[in-house]
Amino acid sequence: MRPHPGNVGHAATPARETDNWGGTIRFGMGQQRITRAECAHVAALARLELTDEELDRFTGQLDELLDHVAEVEALDLEALPPTMHALPIANLLRPDTPGEVLDRDEVMAQAPFAEDGQFRVPPVLGEAP
Amino acid sequence: MTAVEIAAAVRSGQRSARSVVDEHLDVIADGDADIHAFNLVAAAQAQARADEIDGAVAAGNDPGPLAGVPVALKDNLCTRGLATTCSSRILEGWVPPYNATVVEQLQNAGAVVVGKTNMDEFAMGSSTENSAFGPTRNPRDTSRVPGGSSGGSAAAVAAGFAPVALGSDTGGSIRQPAALCGVVGVKPTYGLVSRYGLVAFASSLDQIGPFTTTVADAAAVLDVIGGPDARDSTSISQPQPPVSHTLADGVDGLRVGVLAELSGNGIASDVAARLQAAVGALESAGARVAEASVPAAVYGLSAYYLIAPAEASSNLARYDGVRYGLRVDGSSTPDMNTATRSAGFGDEVKRRIMIGTYALSAGYYDAYYGKAQKVRTLIINDFASVWEQFDLLVSPTSPTTAFSLGERTADPMAMYMSDVCTVPVNLTGQAAMSVPYGVGDDGLPVGVQIMAPALGEPVMFRAAAVLEASL
Repeated sequence: MRPHPGNVGHAATPARETDNWGGTIRFGMGQQRITRAECAHVAALARLELTDEELDRFTGQLDELLDHVAEVEALDLEALPPTMHALPIANLLRPDTPGEVLDRDEVMAQAPFAEDGQFRVPPVLGEAP
Repeated sequence: MTAVEIAAAVRSGQRSARSVVDEHLDVIADGDADIHAFNLVAAAQAQARADEIDGAVAAGNDPGPLAGVPVALKDNLCTRGLATTCSSRILEGWVPPYNATVVEQLQNAGAVVVGKTNMDEFAMGSSTENSAFGPTRNPRDTSRVPGGSSGGSAAAVAAGFAPVALGSDTGGSIRQPAALCGVVGVKPTYGLVSRYGLVAFASSLDQIGPFTTTVADAAAVLDVIGGPDARDSTSISQPQPPVSHTLADGVDGLRVGVLAELSGNGIASDVAARLQAAVGALESAGARVAEASVPAAVYGLSAYYLIAPAEASSNLARYDGVRYGLRVDGSSTPDMNTATRSAGFGDEVKRRIMIGTYALSAGYYDAYYGKAQKVRTLIINDFASVWEQFDLLVSPTSPTTAFSLGERTADPMAMYMSDVCTVPVNLTGQAAMSVPYGVGDDGLPVGVQIMAPALGEPVMFRAAAVLEASL
């Protein structure tokens, strides 16, 4: 049996908005929350190329997760500020003096391709050098 | 021997660090083919370090509070000169040019690094099955998972490969495998232990902590790795009192709450029975126990599975084939980036990057990520109310004992549910630990989770010591 965190049901309040890819955010039970095309777009944004099989599988799995997290739709959160960081830690400052640095040769030795102490990459703008 | 016993023997000259390390390397050589706790065993380096410690003792110098103690490190902790993979193809062969702060602290305390342990790729998982190098098996029953994502570290301690291991806990990745393998596991207060050199998964949630066989060992390790670090801007800047000094102070008069939302619905009955036994032990020792309620805790999993992937999608953007690790060629840099990431990341990492990218993308940010951050506030507020009435909270660490290999790999949601008891504390930044407390109906270990407010480690460890002594 799959454990469940509690007896909280999914939000039933339907709300419709248009997303920025012309799709629709669908709230409520049993409706698809992310389409295969949206999934492919997200993969492209994340610089991932998925096979057809991966795309089918991930679309279903992401849809199931989004359906689960939709339980928070039922909560009234308007008055609450967002939390980015759990503890009230302000930025720590240290004296602005040079300290230890990484060994340049050791760092460059880890690069897949390096030349003259620089990282070498294929053309960025589509023209061969 | 426990870590505390080893250190005492080595410091007094009764035992050589070399003999301790050799003994553990033998146990690893005999047993790790079946368990696969390690991605890498650094035998020669460990022996050389042990000889240095023995030299220090012979010269009349104190090598430190963890003298000669073999330590296994989760493979997302940077070790200069030792490959650090995060159990991912995309970092295979990478040799960090620096040490994590915790690695330096352990070495300065006389500990000896024996190897790097297997994990779910980039710490994303609850079973250590998402490793590019194959799963780790639970030493208590090799047909079962050790939990995750720090499953290799938990298994290494449970199998006797090392008395101490370090892991990282973003949503339960120390506590859940500790529970499933029957060892002690601690997620310290966020900011207590420096994250410098921990390969980032979800930076607002990640925290490093120890696995050990005893509560006193965990205290000794935490006392070494806790403290301010100028290289981690999120580390708490005030030094904290040691936890090992007050271990024996007991729980008489402490107010302990049984966290209702994490202890009822969905918890296996044999696990719930062990929690009841633990509550009885705390009461017998003088604690005042009552039911506690954190209503928003039930939303922890939903908030976590938006926030953690969102942070991960940003943190993992750095794996682009340019500066380190794998590169798969492409005709342009964007093509090379895509080819590298598609070949280098496993399924679960791809899934989480996609969830996070989606949750952060225009049109969805407010509906998902923004909402999750507000749920995080709600959970923090609910806990704050409960801390007015209680000193500590308890719950099971995991809803079930160790599940079988392969049982949940095809169903990510079922796997995510493994974290239901552990994620709320990551969202709040509070301290928590898992203490082994007997076995379930299947004879496999059950862990009890003890939770404390931020920087409540000293009190949390007192309760852990009481539970340990009551078994």
